[in-house]
Amino acid sequence: MNLKAETLAKIDEVITHYPVKRSATLPLLHLIQEDMGYIPEKAEEWIAAKLEIEPINVYEVVTFYPMFRRKPIGRRHIKVCRTLSCALMGGYKTCEQFEKEFNTHRGEVSPDGNVTIEFVECLASCGTAPVVLIDDDLHEKVDCAKAKQISDQIKAEAKKR
Amino acid sequence: MIQPAKPADLVTVNIDGKDIAVPKGTNVIEAARLINVDIPHYCYHPKLTIVGNCRMCLIEMGMPAVDPATKAPIMDPATGKQKINWIPRPQIGCGTNVSSGLHIRTQSPMVKDCREGVMEFLLINHPLDCPICDQAGECKLQEQSTGYGRGYSRFVEQKNVKPKRTQLGPRVTLDDERCILCSRCIRFSKEIAKDDVLGFIDRGSYSTLTCYPGKTLANNYSLNTVDICPVGALTSTDFRFKMRVWFLKQTNSIDTESSVGANTVVWSREGAIYRITPRRNDDVNDTWMADSGRELFKSVKSADRLTAVKVNSADSALDIAINAATQLFKEGGAAVVGSGRSSVEEQFLTKKLADALKASVSLVSRVGEGDKLLVSADRNPNVRGALVTGLIKSLPSQKLTDLAAAIDAGKIKAVVSVGEDLAAAGLSAAQLAKISIVYLGTHANATSVAAKVVIPTQSVFEKNGTLVNQQFRIQKFARAVPAPAGATDDTVVLAKLAGVAATDIASVWKLIAAEVPALTTMSYANIPETGLLLDATPFAALPFVEGETLHYKPTAPVAATA
Repeated sequence: MNLKAETLAKIDEVITHYPVKRSATLPLLHLIQEDMGYIPEKAEEWIAAKLEIEPINVYEVVTFYPMFRRKPIGRRHIKVCRTLSCALMGGYKTCEQFEKEFNTHRGEVSPDGNVTIEFVECLASCGTAPVVLIDDDLHEKVDCAKAKQISDQIKAEAKKR
Repeated sequence: MIQPAKPADLVTVNIDGKDIAVPKGTNVIEAARLINVDIPHYCYHPKLTIVGNCRMCLIEMGMPAVDPATKAPIMDPATGKQKINWIPRPQIGCGTNVSSGLHIRTQSPMVKDCREGVMEFLLINHPLDCPICDQAGECKLQEQSTGYGRGYSRFVEQKNVKPKRTQLGPRVTLDDERCILCSRCIRFSKEIAKDDVLGFIDRGSYSTLTCYPGKTLANNYSLNTVDICPVGALTSTDFRFKMRVWFLKQTNSIDTESSVGANTVVWSREGAIYRITPRRNDDVNDTWMADSGRELFKSVKSADRLTAVKVNSADSALDIAINAATQLFKEGGAAVVGSGRSSVEEQFLTKKLADALKASVSLVSRVGEGDKLLVSADRNPNVRGALVTGLIKSLPSQKLTDLAAAIDAGKIKAVVSVGEDLAAAGLSAAQLAKISIVYLGTHANATSVAAKVVIPTQSVFEKNGTLVNQQFRIQKFARAVPAPAGATDDTVVLAKLAGVAATDIASVWKLIAAEVPALTTMSYANIPETGLLLDATPFAALPFVEGETLHYKPTAPVAATA
């Protein structure tokens, strides 16, 4: 487990917030996913040991929540809303445009490792549908043209690295 | 769990119009059971924690009405009785503990609706493969869909597909489609077996019972999960697809693997045993037993089973063998090796034989490691029986060193062994060759090969008898299957050898009641199925080897397990 020092500090701190250690399972999973981008199997065992529970207890929690990832994702995480307003305003087309741009499918890591595209439920910006959340930035009224523009920007940034 | 309570701890509840006094803290399912009202349930198990996730035990509940201001009872003018304020929504019976004045309805239209609704949801993704399911005939889902279901399906969609044959461990196979997610197995593994490897992963319709990747359900209590699984999801790999349960005869028996004496049921058909399951005894094994005890029946049909009476290695008949043995004894210098595996009756007759021969008696001790649950350190099921019957005065040792010394000194010429392998108990081949051995036993071993007289006897599944467990609880086992031809009941053989007139277990017990002070009031018939506690005080000073197990705390200082 190669966690950053600050993550480890946060983990030790957050455990003290709860009367029983096991309650810290969720916050620990969040911290580790933030740090590593996903939750490897080793992390489940690491958390279990840390909280003095069995790995199966952590495994249950990880699989219960779809937002915990057990596999690594691309460098950028593109989340396209598919709930009603966005679906009506062309969210599916936006998603397909992203897929075409990065030559990948939903839920997969693009071949160049740049992005993972996913459908998500309502991002609470129905007035500016369709919306896309890229990592932590909200992009509004993302039609196909804007999707292409955003994709180009991501590719350009990736080249600079 | 209902504990015996003082009258002060009793509260009166009303179930379906019937008043009943039950101990405080009893839940509604157990309270209803006391008046023979069945509240269907899946996830609730009396020996496990309550989670309330199956929702099958929904009931209607109400409390007598009182005026909020004055606390005066509000009377119903129509009946002249106190009005009952019924809670408009159903409550779970398993998670509701009774309180004084509680009113419960288990048969109202709302309860009926609830049960039908819950059953319908449970059956949505259930494969209904009862014709090939091992649980059929003892399946709660099957029984309760007949009893409480709506009777027909409205489900037209596709059923979920899940893994059909996951090996959870060496003895347990999981059919995930049949699982109704009651979590009994998970709680058992965590709370009783202390091996928390099972859990539900994913969610909603995809929830799946699974082991943590890389781990297996391999503990020695894994098959209890199969017993408590209310449906056919967890099945015993050994019993799977072997036999329909309704063809099997159930015989009460005792687990002989250790001095815990777990109560069991032996399931047999046409002389063949198919499985052994635990029988509930709240003072001994609750509702559990070890996996190792369930395999014991396999030795019944093993290839090394003794079936022929032999005298000097030639086939013979029982009476000739008895005469031959008697001739050997007449030469003098006889010793008896009894057994902690014999029943109380056999040990009593072994004592009679030893008395008749004026012979010394030794027993062989078997000590393993206790698992603090249902396998104790003493692997002989009936050492205490030998103490109670007076066969031995002190605890046996693992090696027959005294006997070996006596043989070397030429004092012993003949040895009767009741099922004990003398070679394994420390006698050398040279020592065995020096003596004439009369061997009574079920299976071939070095002693039966060296013996002058071999009389095949019966296994615990083929005869009646009693055993005294570590708590000094005398418990009886009954004959489940007939013995193979050639094997004679040990009591008959021992009675003949000892010259005692006793032909069956009832007549042996007449003698026991007359001669053994601790058992004077007893007969085989009047020992209850859950056993009878004997007075342990005469033996309190003995250093028994057992450590703490379920429902047993050692009182005397524990001897070191060597």
